[in-house]
Parts: sequence; structure tokens; C-alpha cells
Amino acid sequence: MKHNILEICYLIGSITFIVGLKMMGNAKTARKGNLVGAVGMTIAILGTIFLHDKEISWLIYALIFGAIALGTVIGWVTAKKVQMTKMPELVSMFNGMGGACAALISIIEYNHMQHMMHNPIVNAGIVLTDSMDKLYGILTAIIAGLIIGTVSFSGSIIAYLKLNGSMAKPIRLPMYNIINTIVMVGVLVFGAYFVITGGNMMLLYLLFLAAIVYGVLFTIPIGGADMPVVISLLNSFTGLAAAFGGFLYDNKVMLTGGILVGSAGTLLTLIMCKAMNRPLSNVIFGAFGGGGATADAGSEAKGAIKDVGVTDLAILMNYSKKVVIVPGYGLAVAQAQHIIHELELLLEERGVEVKYAIHPVAGRMPGHMNVLLAESNVSYDKLVEMDDINPEFEQTDVVLVVGANDVVNPAAKSDPSSPIYGMPILEVDKAKNVIVNKRSMSAGYAGIDNLLFYDPKCSMFFGDAKKALTELVAEIKTL
Amino acid sequence: MEELLNLFSVHREMIYFVALSIFVGVEVIGSVPTVLHTPLMSGANAIHGVVIVGAIYVMLNVDTDDVLALSLGFLAVLLGTLNVVGGFVVTDRMLEMFKKK
Repeated sequence: MKHNILEICYLIGSITFIVGLKMMGNAKTARKGNLVGAVGMTIAILGTIFLHDKEISWLIYALIFGAIALGTVIGWVTAKKVQMTKMPELVSMFNGMGGACAALISIIEYNHMQHMMHNPIVNAGIVLTDSMDKLYGILTAIIAGLIIGTVSFSGSIIAYLKLNGSMAKPIRLPMYNIINTIVMVGVLVFGAYFVITGGNMMLLYLLFLAAIVYGVLFTIPIGGADMPVVISLLNSFTGLAAAFGGFLYDNKVMLTGGILVGSAGTLLTLIMCKAMNRPLSNVIFGAFGGGGATADAGSEAKGAIKDVGVTDLAILMNYSKKVVIVPGYGLAVAQAQHIIHELELLLEERGVEVKYAIHPVAGRMPGHMNVLLAESNVSYDKLVEMDDINPEFEQTDVVLVVGANDVVNPAAKSDPSSPIYGMPILEVDKAKNVIVNKRSMSAGYAGIDNLLFYDPKCSMFFGDAKKALTELVAEIKTL
Repeated sequence: MEELLNLFSVHREMIYFVALSIFVGVEVIGSVPTVLHTPLMSGANAIHGVVIVGAIYVMLNVDTDDVLALSLGFLAVLLGTLNVVGGFVVTDRMLEMFKKK
């Protein structure tokens, strides 16, 4: 009876995951979709705890509820408190937790299996009733869950540290691609050997350690700019690890949830790569992604750089018909989302049409910039995606680039030797005037020089985004 | 070859299940506007927190005198909860901002 109700709970859970994810694909229903998923998850969790016929000691219940209570409080508070700019890090961290959870399940389950095997009474039962085929199946699910979960865990922690800035530079061992491949093959062979021989606890811990090392090696050579792709990939890894847990227990909700995230996550990863016009292999095995190697390639004189004062800029913008703002991560770092919104309102008041041009990879993740601007109440329909805004630049009087760099670099179209060649960009150089706000002349995230700055139509407006924009707003108000 | 085919028919149901789920996953994400990619990734992140169901299941089957298993199980449930709760809450915070004004 209870078991059947549990199966229904799992069915409800699986359906809510699918419906929830689908609803999240539409801005209007997205928030409800997330809630639908959360409700389904709660049903699946509560069902698992209560709907069984086993006699469970109070100690186990106490531990389960203690862990859930503690996790809920910590998770809730961290998620509520985190600054919007730090969100990608947090997603990475939570992803790592899920991976670690999957890995721990494998360890405990194997430990459990060993106890059963060494207990002569149960032993007879397990070996005789379960065919060898089934035993291999169980072991495969345990080991696959362990390896994938662990790689996702250690990889996510490194991704977290990188986004956090604690590990800003990619670390590249000599011949890292070869070393990584060898370690990966080594871990896989080790895993296969383990399944065939049955292994022991000691070997399991060694495998766990090896998988941690691989996760670290996999992530450290990849530059910070590519971290979103890596997080998305690790996200689908954790989904896969959860699915192997589903195989292990023949648990349908873990299977649906896991595979859904595994395939959706993989697709999302590919979409992100497409937005940057780089194949996934390029991200993982690295061509640039933050390396400084190509930074000074072709640094011959391209003309002079002009800069513009705040008074001139205020007049220029005030008397324009159409202004397009190109926000980048630098804007978020300087916490200038609110002041840019103020600038937008002020200009609109003066009859200037203002729009935001959003590059698919603006910010640290696709869509990140929208979230950051939405936080400061910028209206959703003012944010225009790249393909829609590009034809409009020719009729634009002023483009204001704030804290963005690589996404407006015309080298992506004109210079085949540039590492970002082929990446779709915002064609701001077609506008009548381009103003770039930057703190200094340092190169962008990809570490390459920006040809735009040498364009005669382009002027630099130096200064910290928040401070410079505040001055600009004050100046426009006096006009 | 024989063994492989055998394996297929034994796990037929499961393989169908996996294959169809993969298509559902791809289909669900298929036509999503770029602006929603981050929340979607975060939402998917919360959903794979379903691994906590496995952690609870493990805990329900642990012997009360196996201290190692108990502590690892506790940790697994804790981490799983972090993934689920943190994942859904942070996604909700992101999506809260897409309200039409």
C-alpha cells in the first residue's frame, strides 16, 4: 500500500520536473515553473521519508531531519543573501554539493554491500539469489555515480574559486591536455577494473581521490570567461550522477530528474558555446579562454585613442535621438546597475529613446546581464537581444559601452588572426558615436586588444563606472 | 554480442525510459530565449538535487551501529538539501526580477 503511494509520489515528482522546466522556458511562467518543481521535489522527499514499511530507529530519523533542517537554513540564507553579481558562483557551489551527495551515496552503498558480502548468513542470500549480471549492474551504477559525482564536485569547487577571483588565472601544467587525457583514461580504466574485480573499500577511496584530482585538472586550465560553460557542463554531470543513483535503486524520480538535467544541461552547454561561436572541445582543451598568450599579437599602431570629458558627453547624449547602452560585467562589478537605470530614465524624460543591447554572453552567464538589470528595475522590454539590435545601430546616435569589451570588438569580424574571430558581436561601430566607459586601457576578459577603441568615431570615457555615470547624470541634470 | 543483446532485453524498459527522457530534456530546453538561460541552468541545478532521495533512502537502510555510514549519510542528506533548497531559492530570486513593471 505505502509502496504504491510512494510510486505515485515519484510519478508526480517526475511530471512536475518536466512541466516546471518547460514553464521556466517562458518569462511569464518561469517563476511559477520553479515553484512547481520545488513542490514536486518536496513531495518526492517527504514520500521517501515516510512511505515505507521498515522499522526505523529514532536515531536515523533524528539524523535525517537534522540534516534537512540544517541544510534548509544554510541553503535558504545563503541563497537569499548572495549579491546578484555572485550568483554564478553560488550555482556552481550548489552544483558541487549535489555531486558530492551522489558520490557519498556510492561510498555508503558500497560499504553496505561489503558488510552484506562478509556476513555469511546474508552472503548466501545475496550471491545465490542475485545473478552475477545484476551484481555487475549494481557495481557499475555505484562506480559511475562515484566518479561522475566526484568530478562534478571538485570541478565545481574550482569553478567557484575561479569566479570568486581566488584563482583568477588559469593554471596550465606543461602538456596539460595530454596529462588530463591520461588521468581521465586512468580513472575510467580504474573504474572498470573495480567493477570487474569487485574491489574493496581501500580501492574505492583511491578511486574517489583519483576522481577528485581529475575534476581539479579538468577545470584549472580553463579561463574564467569560459566558466559558465564549464558550470553548465558540470551541472549536467551531476544530473547524470543522480540518474545512476536512480539505476542503483530503480528509483524513477531520480532517473527522470537526473536524465532531464543531464540532457537539458548538455544542450544548454552547447547553446552557450554557440553564442560564443566556439566548439565545446575548444573550451575544454583551450585555445584562449583567458590565456594571455595572444594578448599582444598584432599590436602595431592602429591610430590614436580619444577621450571625452563629462560635459561634452552630457551635451552629446542630451541632444541625441537614440541612445543604446551596452552593459558588460564591468558594470555589475562596479555596482552601476542602478545609476545606469537613472541615466536611462533621465534621458527618456528628455525625449531620447534608450535601449539596452544584450550580448548573449554579457555578464558571466547567458542571461546574467538581464537578471542584473532587472534587479535595478530596468523594464524587461528595454533589453534587446543581439540579433534584434544589430540592424538598429545605424540609426543610433550614441552607443554607450559600460564595462563590456570583447563583445563589441570588431576584430571578431575583420581579423582572422584574432582568437575571438567568428564570435558574433554587437556591431556598435555602425553607430554615429561610440562612447566606451572603462577604468583603464587594460584588455578585456579574453586578454586581447580592442580595435574599436582606435575607431575615429569612438571616444573613451575613463573612470569607475558608478562614479563616472553619477557625474554624467548630474551633468545632464544641469542642462 | 549475444550478451549485449541479452543485456538489452533485460533492461529494455529502462533503456526506453532513458532514451525518451533524453528527448524530453532536449525538447524542454529547445526554444528558450537567451535571457532565461541562467535561471534555467539554476533551475535544472535544483532539480538534480533529487539525488537527495537516494541519500535518504541510503540512510533508511543504514545499521544504527555503523558510525561511518551514519556520518557519511548525514553529510549526504545535508549536501543534498543544500543543493535542493539553495537551488530553488536562488532561482526564485533570479526570476522574481523578471516581473513586468
